[in-house]
Amino acid sequence: MGTIIALVSVLSYLIGTRYIAEPRIVALIVLIISAILLILATIITNSFEKLAEANRMKSEFISIVSHQLRAPLSNLAWAIELLMSGRLGKIEEQQVEYFKILKENSDRMKDLVKDLLIVSRIESARFSLKKEEFSLEELTREIIKEFEPFAKASNCEIDFSFEENLPKIYGDRYQIRQVIENLLDNAIRYTKGKGKVKIRIKKEKKFVCFEIEDNGVGIPKEDQKFIFQKFFRASNVLKYKTQGTGLGLYISKAIIERSGGKIGFKSKEGVGSTFWFKLPIK
Amino acid sequence: MKKILFIEDEAALQKTFRDILEKEGYQMISALDGESGLRLAKSQKPDLILLDLILPRKDGFEVLKELKEDEATKGIPVIVLTNLEDIESVERAIELGATTYLVKAQYTLEEVIQKVKKALEK
Repeated sequence: MGTIIALVSVLSYLIGTRYIAEPRIVALIVLIISAILLILATIITNSFEKLAEANRMKSEFISIVSHQLRAPLSNLAWAIELLMSGRLGKIEEQQVEYFKILKENSDRMKDLVKDLLIVSRIESARFSLKKEEFSLEELTREIIKEFEPFAKASNCEIDFSFEENLPKIYGDRYQIRQVIENLLDNAIRYTKGKGKVKIRIKKEKKFVCFEIEDNGVGIPKEDQKFIFQKFFRASNVLKYKTQGTGLGLYISKAIIERSGGKIGFKSKEGVGSTFWFKLPIK
Repeated sequence: MKKILFIEDEAALQKTFRDILEKEGYQMISALDGESGLRLAKSQKPDLILLDLILPRKDGFEVLKELKEDEATKGIPVIVLTNLEDIESVERAIELGATTYLVKAQYTLEEVIQKVKKALEK
C-alpha cells in the first residue's frame, strides 16, 4: 500500500509539473492526493484487520465451545457404555433399544464436535500440515481393513486396485487418512441396498491419483456446486439419512488443497458418485 | 490391593471409574483438582495415577512435572486422560514423563480400563 501511495505521489508530481507552472500549487496538489490516499489506505487496512480479528474470534469461539462440549460428551458416552455393558446389572431388552438411541446420538454429537474443532483449526492460523513421505496404497489398505465391519454391516463390497510400483506421495499422513476415511464413509453410508465401492490408485504425471466410485444415491445436479461448502448436505441425502455433519467434504477439500493437491467428483443422482483427489509426488 | 489415584475435576467421570475399577478389585483415590492430587500422590503412594490435564488450582502439566521431580513419586506410572489432542500437548506430556497419553474422545471406556489394568500388571 505504501509503495502505491509513493508511486501515485511521484506520478502526480511529474504530471503536475508538466501542466502547472507554479511549483507551490503542484506541491499542494501532491500533498492533498497523498493525504487522501493515506486516509483511504488506513480505512481499508483497518477494516481488513477487523475482519481478520472477527474471523479469528469466531474460530476461537468454536474451538472453546467444542472443547467445553467434549468433557460432558465423554462423561455421557462412557456412562452409557457402562450401563450397556451390564456391569452394573442386567438390562431389559426394551431398555437396550433406548440405550442404543442414546449411544447413537452421543456418537453423533461427538463427531460434530470433532469436525467443528477441525474446521476451527483449518480456519485459524494454527492449522499446519506435516510434510512426510508415505505410500498412499498402504494407507488405503489400512483404512479399508478398519472399515470392513462397517461395510459388511451395510451390505457393501469394497474393491481395491492400484497400479504397480506407485511412487510415494508427500503430505500429512494423518490428515490424508481423514480425507480417505471421509470419502469411504460417505461411499458406504449413502448407498441403498447392495453397495459396491471401487477404489483405484494410479499415477498421473507428477501426482498420485486416488479415486473412489460408488453405486449410491448420487448428488442431485442442482446441489453439486455446493457440495464442498461448510454444513451443506445434499437434498436427497437429507431425505434418506439424517446422520452426517455436512463438514466432511469441506474439511477434505481444505486438507487436499493445502497439501498442494486437487479434489473433485462426478456424480449422477440415483446412479452413484466418483470422488477423486490427487497429491504431489515428492 | 493396588491403589489408583484419579486426578479429574469431572465428578461424573470419577464415579464411573470408581464403580468399574473397585469392582475389578482396585482401591480408588479421587482428587478433584491438581493441588490435592499432588498431595494425595505424595501421602498415599498409589501404584498408578490417572491424570486429566485441564484442572483447577494446578493444571495437569504442572502436576506431572512436580510428580516427576519428587524422588518419592517419580516412579509412579502416569496415564494422561484428557480431551486435549493437539500434538504440542501430547509431546509436552510425554516429555514430562507420562507413560501413556489417551484422548478421551478416541477411546471407549472398556479400552481405557484395559489400558489401566495393563499398566498395573507391569
